Amino acid sequence: MLLDILQVLGNADFWAAVLRIATPLIFGTLGVLLCERAGVLNLGIEGIMVAGALAGWLAVYLGGSLWVGVIVAALTGAAFGLLHAFLTVPLALSQHVAGLGITLFATSVSYYAYRVSFPNVASPPTIEPFAEMAGLGIPILAKQTPLTLLALTCVPLLAWVLYRTPVGLAVRMVGENPAAAEGQGLDVNVVRTGAIVAGSALMGVAGAFLTLSAFNAFFFNMVNGRGWICVALVVFASWRPGKALLGALLFAFFDALQLRLQQGSDGFPYQVYLMLPYALSILALVLVARRAAYPQALMKPYRKGER
Amino acid sequence: MRLEARGEVSRFMLVVAPFAAVAFTLLVSSLFVAWAGAPLGRTYALILDGGFGSRFAWSETLTRATPLILTGLSAAVAFRARFYNIGAEGQLYAGALAAVAVGGLHGGTGFAAHPALLFPMMMAAAMLAGALLLLVPALLRTRLGVDEVVTTLLLNFIVLLFVSMLLEGPMKDPAAMGWPQSVALGDDLQLGKLIERTRVHTGLLWAVALAALLWAIFKYSTFGFAVRAVGANPRGAAFVGVPVQWTMIAVALISGALAGLAGAIEVAGRTGYVTLDMSPGYGFSGIVIAMLAGLNPLAVVAAAVFIASVLVGADSMSRGVAVPTYIAEVIVAISLLSMLVATTFARYRLRWH
Repeated sequence: MLLDILQVLGNADFWAAVLRIATPLIFGTLGVLLCERAGVLNLGIEGIMVAGALAGWLAVYLGGSLWVGVIVAALTGAAFGLLHAFLTVPLALSQHVAGLGITLFATSVSYYAYRVSFPNVASPPTIEPFAEMAGLGIPILAKQTPLTLLALTCVPLLAWVLYRTPVGLAVRMVGENPAAAEGQGLDVNVVRTGAIVAGSALMGVAGAFLTLSAFNAFFFNMVNGRGWICVALVVFASWRPGKALLGALLFAFFDALQLRLQQGSDGFPYQVYLMLPYALSILALVLVARRAAYPQALMKPYRKGER
Repeated sequence: MRLEARGEVSRFMLVVAPFAAVAFTLLVSSLFVAWAGAPLGRTYALILDGGFGSRFAWSETLTRATPLILTGLSAAVAFRARFYNIGAEGQLYAGALAAVAVGGLHGGTGFAAHPALLFPMMMAAAMLAGALLLLVPALLRTRLGVDEVVTTLLLNFIVLLFVSMLLEGPMKDPAAMGWPQSVALGDDLQLGKLIERTRVHTGLLWAVALAALLWAIFKYSTFGFAVRAVGANPRGAAFVGVPVQWTMIAVALISGALAGLAGAIEVAGRTGYVTLDMSPGYGFSGIVIAMLAGLNPLAVVAAAVFIASVLVGADSMSRGVAVPTYIAEVIVAISLLSMLVATTFARYRLRWH
């Protein structure tokens, strides 16, 4: 067993798989992070990823270029984000329930749209997905598609925006102390809405990675809990972009490892391996629970003049 | 844009709100039906007909409503204390597995107890399984402050994989020709039919009775008061002497037990064994039902029948016109969102400056 693991770790393909599995999680985790930094939980991610996966793929299938697909997925995510923002920011509905409602809505609309577009297909129609960047010449990155590069770029970019720009300061302020932000002349509702819309756009791209890069078709249940895992990873990452990258890579490492070990095991129930990623996410939450530095205003709706 | 509380919330507004939500749901759903290119009137007529149009339609709707009432109650109980149990799907499967583990015909024999003893044991095991499964997230929440939403969501996946493992391993029915299906319950442990020559079983009576019981508990008991107090304001509740953590754990145990019971009753009343597709998301629909019902246990029954009729009706509709059955899930999701918005507007008005 230990020898098997060592053999797997020495394999460049394994590390390429880690980065590939991590990519949608990086986009998704950054998306959740941005929403939560502004004080709003977005459990819509699971459904928004489904919608992004379908919309991006459909745009390419209907003749758009791959990058048009990515933009369509981002816009689709943003649209659902706007709905979530409307429900949770001015209407101040329960963020848990609104998010679940968005997930149900986005998922069912996507499945419905897929069935309307393709009433009876035996095998799912396919597109030509993003190609690997073989020309890059860097061992593990050369096995990735441009979307992975985009995800890796988004990490320092989001960190820079959050910690070095007035916009980022505004986002962090409304997530920590909205009343003080208001006192500084910020419109809390506008900042929160903007953060949710931008974060949801990232979630849409996370979904699009599945249909435009990891696979070449849309399948039902293809998101399969990845959205929820991103929500757990954000807590694990203490709401910091750099740690979010680390968390996504760590998670992907274990996921890739279980996939490899699964192939080499006879007789042992493969389901145990499949459980590991979910169990690890719960474990990660438990480990950081005591020192989790939640944004102070997370899940607290803000109403002007109320305490 | 901001909300402003209405000085006086009129009963009229509170009564009109759900109807406005339904009207809005129909309006938006119509756009989706029109997109599929189907005639609107005929599509809705077929859904209504498939849900309520005949003795058979009614019986199918009530059969479908039975587990939905129980998962709806499970969510309603938990959400009242603001304990967000999103794991009813997993708890349902855990209950179904426990029921078969106790009452199943393992190797054709089963437990050698009298059915009158075995049946309550089976139901108790199912409730215990659901409750224990939810106890873990409840303890993590009350002891360590781990958000229960993510843990219960993730546990769903783990439980389904666990079920899949058992169905391919120790609990596999050898007679099932390779289908992953559990051993069956003994005949004398299955619930009786409520209406002749239909699938409606006595589990419906259990579900309705439990709804009435929970309603009474919430209305008249101190425990019901404690749950509401914990949900409304935990700090205030603690101040007046409500044991907040214990109340939350008790709520979790009840919620998990109800979802587990839903699984056992599905097995004993409808399927007779466990499969991986025995619940098409009853656990998640339960959340929608609880919200539509305003977390009122009696209203849960009505909401469950409504959702069941949409699901059953859409199935039969799709055989008549070219609208995918996913329209049912679309209608359910939109009705949840519009209900949330409508009840907010009944209490608040929106100001644009």
